[in-house]
Amino acid sequence: MSVPEPLLVVRELTVTFRQRHPEPALRAVDSVSFEIPEGKTVALVGESGSGKSTIGNAILGLVPIRSGSVVFRGHEAANATRVDRGFLSKHVQVIFQDPYGSLNPARTIGQILVEPLMVHRKMSRSDMKSAVAEMLTGVGLEAGAAQRYPANFSGGQRQRIAVARAMIIAPDLVICDEPVSSLDLSVQAQILNLLSDLQRAHGLSYLFISHDIAVVRHVADRVVVLYRGQVVEAGSVREVSGSPRHPYTRALIAAAPVPDPGVQRARGVARRHAVVEREVPDARPNREACAFAPRCPYVVDRCRREKPNLRVGSSGALVACHLEEQLPEVAVLFGRPRDGGNAFDQDPESGDGQLVRPSGPR
Amino acid sequence: MSAVAPVVGVHRVSWTAPVRELLRRPLACGALVYLVCLVAACSAAPLVAPANPNYENLLDVSSGPSLAHLLGTDDLGRDVLSRILFGGRITLLDAAEAVIVFVVVGVPLGLVAGYLGGRLDRLVMSVTDIVLSIPVIIVLLVVAAVFQGDLPLMVSLGIVASPSIIRVVRATTLSVRTELYVKAAEVIGLSRLQVLRRHILPQVLAPALVQVSVFAAAAIVLEAVLGYLGLDVAPPAPSWGSMIAEAATVIDQQPWLMIPSGCVIALTVIALGLVGDAVRDININRRSPTVLRARSIGSGSSQNGARAAEGTPNPEGSVPSGAEALLSVRDLSIVLPNAGGELLIVDAASFDIGRGESLGIVGESGCGKTITARALLGLLPPGGRIAGGSAMFDGEQLVGARKQSRVQLRGKAIGLISQEPMAALDPAFTVGYQLREVIRANRKLGRRAARTESLDLLEQVRLPNPVLVAGRYPHQLSGGMAQRACIALALAGRPKLLIADEPTTALDVTVQAEILDLLTSLRHDTGMAILFVTHDWGVVADFCERTAVMYAGQVVEIGGVDEMFRLPLHPYTEGLLAANPHFAGEGPLPSIPGTVPPPGAWPSGCRFAPRCPYVTVDCKISAIALRPGTEGRVTRCLHPERIGGRTTDVSS
Repeated sequence: MSVPEPLLVVRELTVTFRQRHPEPALRAVDSVSFEIPEGKTVALVGESGSGKSTIGNAILGLVPIRSGSVVFRGHEAANATRVDRGFLSKHVQVIFQDPYGSLNPARTIGQILVEPLMVHRKMSRSDMKSAVAEMLTGVGLEAGAAQRYPANFSGGQRQRIAVARAMIIAPDLVICDEPVSSLDLSVQAQILNLLSDLQRAHGLSYLFISHDIAVVRHVADRVVVLYRGQVVEAGSVREVSGSPRHPYTRALIAAAPVPDPGVQRARGVARRHAVVEREVPDARPNREACAFAPRCPYVVDRCRREKPNLRVGSSGALVACHLEEQLPEVAVLFGRPRDGGNAFDQDPESGDGQLVRPSGPR
Repeated sequence: MSAVAPVVGVHRVSWTAPVRELLRRPLACGALVYLVCLVAACSAAPLVAPANPNYENLLDVSSGPSLAHLLGTDDLGRDVLSRILFGGRITLLDAAEAVIVFVVVGVPLGLVAGYLGGRLDRLVMSVTDIVLSIPVIIVLLVVAAVFQGDLPLMVSLGIVASPSIIRVVRATTLSVRTELYVKAAEVIGLSRLQVLRRHILPQVLAPALVQVSVFAAAAIVLEAVLGYLGLDVAPPAPSWGSMIAEAATVIDQQPWLMIPSGCVIALTVIALGLVGDAVRDININRRSPTVLRARSIGSGSSQNGARAAEGTPNPEGSVPSGAEALLSVRDLSIVLPNAGGELLIVDAASFDIGRGESLGIVGESGCGKTITARALLGLLPPGGRIAGGSAMFDGEQLVGARKQSRVQLRGKAIGLISQEPMAALDPAFTVGYQLREVIRANRKLGRRAARTESLDLLEQVRLPNPVLVAGRYPHQLSGGMAQRACIALALAGRPKLLIADEPTTALDVTVQAEILDLLTSLRHDTGMAILFVTHDWGVVADFCERTAVMYAGQVVEIGGVDEMFRLPLHPYTEGLLAANPHFAGEGPLPSIPGTVPPPGAWPSGCRFAPRCPYVTVDCKISAIALRPGTEGRVTRCLHPERIGGRTTDVSS
């Protein structure tokens, strides 16, 4: 049985940034490897400084790659030539976090959406116009929006426009760099639904960059957890969020508050044991040690001497931890355990965009 | 999901907007009209000039203004007005030549240097530095000695002056280059030239125009200097500069002669300056659309403004009155100024906080939650005011309180922590210094006592090494440490109420958890109440005892968190809770169709009606007051029993 070739393969990707003179270069991304299969969503999760956005920028060619490779459908994208970049930009697009900064305020929506067509499609003006109108309705806006300027739209509407710009040339891979973090909750749900509708309709893949484990759990097929530029855990969404094996993944999940007062109070007690409350010392990171060691509640001497490698853990996910087998099981991580209990069910009959009431505990 | 979201405003931004903006500035308009008339009159000088500028009428020399000669005649009997018009042809044309060279050399070099950066940028910047250090007038004298005519002079003037525009264009390009939309354009695959032309040039244009107007004024003055030195035209042909030189020779006999030529130069320079100022101001307004501008979009804003003072009063006793409440807010209405008057932002908000209680204010952006919290401290944006209602804090009325007593309350009785801890700390002073300052402002303490107290506070917010942190500047702290320092500052006055305005939104989740834990234990230790503004249900569940939900400027529901999460009494609460991905299973997330209406575009009747799945006819008839529900809760919904298809009537 042959495994279909992944759409994008990232191998040992390293990106460094120069710092002020005496400091060594900062390894923003440190030997990161992962793959994106066709039609799937892979999420990069981590906090600020984890390098998740830098990985997206490196794939897009917006920051230079120090070493490693990024292969898209057999084309090497790492530090690509202009010709290769042309190929890539036809197939890889991006949605940024900030819908206010990502649209040029001085250009109409029509002018913004026509640009990708201008570069990649040989089309007449009227064809472009109708393509733009079609795309706008596709993302839930009126076709008349093309004549307006970004200032006339709310944050959620602007993010729809950014989605339209990314999708208008039908790319195979869209890098979503925190696409919903700056949006309100109700709008966030609209955009997430739009993204998954488009994925279903066009079979495209997403690299979904986010700090919000709840959002990731909802949209992703596979999850890569990053800490200080390194992969600490990677696997299917069930493995990583259902039974996290790395202490950092656990801390991340334990720290994200659950919208259920009863559960959250219990978790509040539990989480005080999940992570060592200590500011990260500003000493230079030790390349020989586990990056998470200074904050890890389970840390042993070995963690400070030897860097753990990624290996298959007991959940089936890849985990970079010396103590993976010895870590205690953690009881309550989410407010909604996978099987029953304190359940918040979705009304099965709820239709599109319908309000759904979380039912009370039974 | 297929919600077709309506467009926020109907107002179209177009090229006429800057023109309208200009018309609102009479001085700049006058300056522009003057410049246009001057250029037109000079261009058409052979047609409009009353006389030949070089015709010498020796019978009528050095006469003052008269009907025959509106600006008089000079010492050779030539008509001054005609000479000014013809002289303007020389002076303005020369200045225009210099400006064209200035722009043609400066703008492309600045764009390329700023956009490409690297070695080319360094080269361009070094050359401009060198050119800047050369005295302009010496260069011009050398050029005048070598070349014939005034064109070479003006070309070299343009070149020598171009560093100023190169620098401005480069700096603007550098900042625009980092904008996300430029990144997006690069990802789309636009060539560098296309990115420059489509995305960067339009942003550079306005600051460049300001530079052009400044330089044009300078060029006119310099041209006049050259004319004064006799370097631009050969006599008897006039130029403004040569006219001044001529007037200077007879200033003893006929001082008037100096006035027409001097005035025309001065007026032209001033007019160019005014136009440049206007361009800059209009550009700043366009680039930074303030809250007010954004909100003035929408329609019907003036009606809302008129309604401001009235608000939507709540029947007596609908909100459980808190005799024991620390803070009791009733019908608080807040207005902000907008183009057409005032715009109602918060409409009759009512809620209570008990002593030691934690109350959350939840809602989406634009619902008025932050402005409500800030109004309690008297921290409204310029022009904003409380239009009605009351806020009793510990027996004192906050609304309409004198500034003096409000300042006393601020910090001492009511503390504030905000979303951006770095912005709340002064970057120029150490954390310890700022803490000691606040402590000594609030209590009469000696230096040593204040120091001990400040270290105690830092210890209290669980900073690992208080002595070390006290000696640090804000930029040396991480986001979490900075927020702890801000909490210490807020605690310095031993407040009874802490207003926490999204204090964890900008922080990582692990840090957020630590800050929430800290605030919880501080609340238990000190017994202070906390008003927690947030948009995150998880944070509410973690931290708050009771919650007020705000929508479109109104409080729509108040209740205990356990009850509210179990059974919302307002469809907006229900929708917002359901939209949380935490609760979602497979398939699409439940979402509320449409968007929050901005202030000024609120529907009459229930403001949530257009988005509500349970809406009935009576919802849209008239404004809906807060009504009591079960368990001491209140809701602004006529049919809370319909929520989730429940059949039991929950309204008492």
